[in-house]
Amino acid sequence: MDNMNPKEIVICRCSDVTLADLFALFEQGYRTFEELKRIKRVGMGPCQANTCGKMVQWEIAKYFDIPLEEALFHNLRPFTLGIKLKHIKEGSDT
Amino acid sequence: MMTQANVVIIGGGISGASIAYHLAEAGVKDIVVLEKHYMTYGATGRCGAGVRQQWGTRMNCLLAKKSVAFFEKAQEILAYDGDIEFKQEGYLIVASDEAEAKTFAAHVALQNSLGIPARVCTKEEARAIVPHLNTDAIHSATFCPTDGHLNPFTMTDAFFKAAKRLGVHYYDHTAVTDIRRQNGQIEGVMTQHGFIKTNTVVNAAGGWAKDIGAMVGLDIPVYSRNHEILVTEPVEKMQGPMVISFSKNIYCQQTPHGAFIMGRGDKDAPKGLDMGSSWQFLEAMAKTVSDLLPPVGELRVIRQWGGLYNMSPDHQPIISASRDVPGFYIACGFSGHGFMLAPMTGLLIREMILGQTPSMPLEALSLERFEGQEIEELETSVV
Ligand SMILES: Cc1cc2nc3c(=O)[nH]c(=O)nc-3n(C[C@H](O)[C@H](O)[C@H](O)COP(=O)(O)OP(=O)(O)OC[C@H]3O[C@@H](n4cnc5c(N)ncnc54)[C@H](O)[C@@H]3O)c2cc1C
Ligand code: FES
Repeated sequence: MDNMNPKEIVICRCSDVTLADLFALFEQGYRTFEELKRIKRVGMGPCQANTCGKMVQWEIAKYFDIPLEEALFHNLRPFTLGIKLKHIKEGSDT
Repeated sequence: MMTQANVVIIGGGISGASIAYHLAEAGVKDIVVLEKHYMTYGATGRCGAGVRQQWGTRMNCLLAKKSVAFFEKAQEILAYDGDIEFKQEGYLIVASDEAEAKTFAAHVALQNSLGIPARVCTKEEARAIVPHLNTDAIHSATFCPTDGHLNPFTMTDAFFKAAKRLGVHYYDHTAVTDIRRQNGQIEGVMTQHGFIKTNTVVNAAGGWAKDIGAMVGLDIPVYSRNHEILVTEPVEKMQGPMVISFSKNIYCQQTPHGAFIMGRGDKDAPKGLDMGSSWQFLEAMAKTVSDLLPPVGELRVIRQWGGLYNMSPDHQPIISASRDVPGFYIACGFSGHGFMLAPMTGLLIREMILGQTPSMPLEALSLERFEGQEIEELETSVV
């Protein structure tokens, strides 16, 4: 992957963010997953970072030369992923 | 890290960002902003980011109106390289019954007297503005076309980037642990990474502002409470304005990105610093939105979270110098609407610190207004 053009490496498919986008954010001083998420919607797509989360963490660790476990991931919240509001309503009506 | 500063601002949310920018823009040097976590960790990064001028008190109306005037030009004023995504397609406030409609009519009269272009709408007029609105669930509505919303992250980023260009020093992951005083004068701020000498401190710590006040012996009469919110999958544009109801307890908007964001309050939620997410919220939200905006009920939820409202006794902000602690300034108690007021927050605090003529009367925003007072003017237009 190292010899590919970072502009062509899509890291977050849901929010269309490339490795080059990540590098640009790192250079501006954003270095945590939460900040990347807020500025570029990285990891905010319908898959909620299930696809891209690990890659983003890995790129943060590599770029800032920190251990992977220090590249903090975002909070995991109740599993509401993909449930229609109306089904939640119906579920609670029964 | 800097060891000395003219002004230390505590809090890296929209208030701290605007205060830093406004001070720097007036030529103040050696400004430091300290943030315990990262930019927008607090309410700012968790909020609905709606901007409305349809308020029930004169003070809130004026603060919001002047702030909207700033937001309209913020992209250029701050020369921002990103997009603050200001979408100015109005707020539709729905009334559930006659009594609520009457209150709103009085509010619209107040708003109009201050130059805010709000108007009362019949059900049919409301449906023309939001076609998927269930008009059986409402009595009437009010609408102001110049209300809207922003991207809270990029708006805060825009303030901070402009502030940094003007020389502001911003440190994140740097918690303030104490404020030192001698003979009543502030000497400096202790952080987890060292001491910063200063005589001027601004408390812009949002839901944590009471703790910062305690560091200088002030009991700021505010409390915090969790407010929950959720976001759906993005879809094609179907809703321009924010739709909001105080009696049904909902606000709901579609962001330019396509996702719907919606939230509601829970009066019974305990006071405190919890920012958790609950099934109770999800269920109540699903019911309310499916009733009021049925097609929105077809959307899938992708995330929910919570954030702190910092409530003041009259639901209007505290933007104030401290009478008892010289050099200590406070911007908190925004009661769920501090995002939209941030431009004025920054301007007013700057005017106080520099001794400039205030852009508006400050008594109704002062910390001291609550001393032994009955609440004079309570803002009731809050979710
Ligand atoms: C769910 C929800 C929806 C909302 N919707 C809207 C809306 O539509 N429109 C609107 O105008 N407002 C809305 N609000 C309110 C709005 O979010 C807040 O009023 C506003 O963001 C307050 O900004 P702030 O900068 O004052 O505080 P915050 O954004 O809370 O920032 C305070 C910062 O101080 C930091 N801090 C705390 N303690 C310390 C310490 N000891 N040392 C250093 N830093 C510290 C925190 O980490 C935090 O980042 C909403 C709020 C919530 C929770
Ligand atoms: S791939 Fe990043 S959020 Fe889905």
